[in-house]
Amino acid sequence: MSGILVVAEQRRGELRPVSLELVSAAASFASTEKRTGDAATTVTVAILAQDPAAFVPALSVAGVDEIVTVTVAAREFDPDTFESALGALIDARRPDLVLTAHSVDSFGYAAALAAGRGCGFATDVFKFERIDGALVATRGGYGQKVNVEIDFPGRATVLLALRANVWKPPETPAAPHLAGPRITDFAVPAPPCRTVGGEFVEIAAGDDVDMTTAEFILAIGRGVGEEAKIAQFRALADAVGATLGCSRPLADAGWLPKSRQVGQSGKTASACKLYIAMGVSGAIQHLAGMKHVSTIVAVNSDAEASIFGVAKYGIVGDIFEIAAELRRHF
Amino acid sequence: MVAVKQVATLDEDFEIRADGRDIDPDFLIRDLNEWDDFSLEEAVKIKEGSTQPVEVIAVSVGPDDVDESLRKCLAKGADRALRVWDDAIEGSDSIAIARILAAVARRESPDLLFAGVQSSDQAHASTGIATAGFLGWPHAAVVAHLTYAPGASTAAFRRELEGGVLQEGQIECPAVLTIQAGINTPRYASLRSIKQAAAKSIAVLSLEDLGLTPADVGEAGSSSHVRRMYVPDKGRAELIVGDAAEQARQLAAIIREFKGAAP
Repeated sequence: MSGILVVAEQRRGELRPVSLELVSAAASFASTEKRTGDAATTVTVAILAQDPAAFVPALSVAGVDEIVTVTVAAREFDPDTFESALGALIDARRPDLVLTAHSVDSFGYAAALAAGRGCGFATDVFKFERIDGALVATRGGYGQKVNVEIDFPGRATVLLALRANVWKPPETPAAPHLAGPRITDFAVPAPPCRTVGGEFVEIAAGDDVDMTTAEFILAIGRGVGEEAKIAQFRALADAVGATLGCSRPLADAGWLPKSRQVGQSGKTASACKLYIAMGVSGAIQHLAGMKHVSTIVAVNSDAEASIFGVAKYGIVGDIFEIAAELRRHF
Repeated sequence: MVAVKQVATLDEDFEIRADGRDIDPDFLIRDLNEWDDFSLEEAVKIKEGSTQPVEVIAVSVGPDDVDESLRKCLAKGADRALRVWDDAIEGSDSIAIARILAAVARRESPDLLFAGVQSSDQAHASTGIATAGFLGWPHAAVVAHLTYAPGASTAAFRRELEGGVLQEGQIECPAVLTIQAGINTPRYASLRSIKQAAAKSIAVLSLEDLGLTPADVGEAGSSSHVRRMYVPDKGRAELIVGDAAEQARQLAAIIREFKGAAP
């Protein structure tokens, strides 16, 4: 097969939204391959689940040629299941390119799969293209301060784990006058059961804040320096009418409850429209978790902080001074 | 066994290396990877909580300046430190490094192998799990809570998922776990333990010691090849300039405008 194998993700019966972003990435790459005159590149989506057919409607979107349903025993993600099933699928189909999300699930299996199969491999990829015949993937390096272009000489199959929130999911389902994607069952042997996935646990709230509904968040990061300084930012947030949030290191240190953490692995600040980040340098996960916000104002003493790359407005200055001055207005 | 990496951050001004594929090393500031501080602490905690003897080995791949990070591990409670180096290792990606770590694990036969979820410089999030792949060991990524009694056949863990959710799990040992920041509170090394660590020797292993050849490592043993490194044109924030009072005045205006527009 000259084609792209997209690995969909599901959790607790829901297709994870990044799955459709992967489809978009695959479809747009496939269309440029066609334009440049190569043999037609097909887009195949694999879904592994106890009842994979349940996900077929959600995956039947424009750009998908085939959906491969893989019935597995594990209800939720299990690394051994993914490695053995996807390994068998790669052997059977020999795709040029395998796309997974750069997600917690793929952290658990993609590197082992690539190592075991001798695939070309890159993670957290936000762009890929063909340059002079070579597949070239771009990712960040040195804390996202540089871009790194990577290629994979001599590799028949390349596995790329793509960053979420980069490709827009297709908006329309497959056009009704066209036949939908072909549905194929793929049987896999049961893997050894070495890891047992158990219950899901919501991270204890710590307080009653719901970051998912907050429209105005004022978040603090490492720049506050010490725990004793948090109170003044809490007071500032109250005064301006914002919900106080924090970056990961502060929650890890226990200075603020985990429920206050914003960024990819914390509560998604999905309703946020105004985000003021004070002393947050902007780790990649943090930026990814906040980039949907229409107005980001970054206040940081380091003019080179990554957060200025996504912010609409930037204030280079001392967060304590700015906070004190801002207090006078409210 | 705790696999650690000495990471590099960029100096304020930096230059790309002459071949255009990496940063000129003169502009790199080295330190122990932030995540590895947590995984080392987790291993030391298991040791301290055990009634039977437990050995914690810190392992890193790199040239002799990496000893600095390994000494930090010794000062924070590792019993022994191992470093693997050969000039052929230069240019290894995370898969080639994992092949080396797997060879060390075969030699040391630990009950558990920890690695940080990712490194703060390159953030591949793949070395630990690729090591498990080479070893054929069970593995779990992004472990945020761990219960393990040394010698037990299984470990109970919670992995941290997206969106503030954890998932419980149980895994057969020996296993590879990648450890998430925040799983514990890493200790500071005391002055006394820093002095003691300075006196300890760090064993250095060659490829030959590990039964590897130059073809297994470096660019030859890697699954990716860097073509080019460059500084991207970044979208820049519109800067609010002036003194703090002026900056705050404009910020207050942004807040008021938002509140006026809010339903």
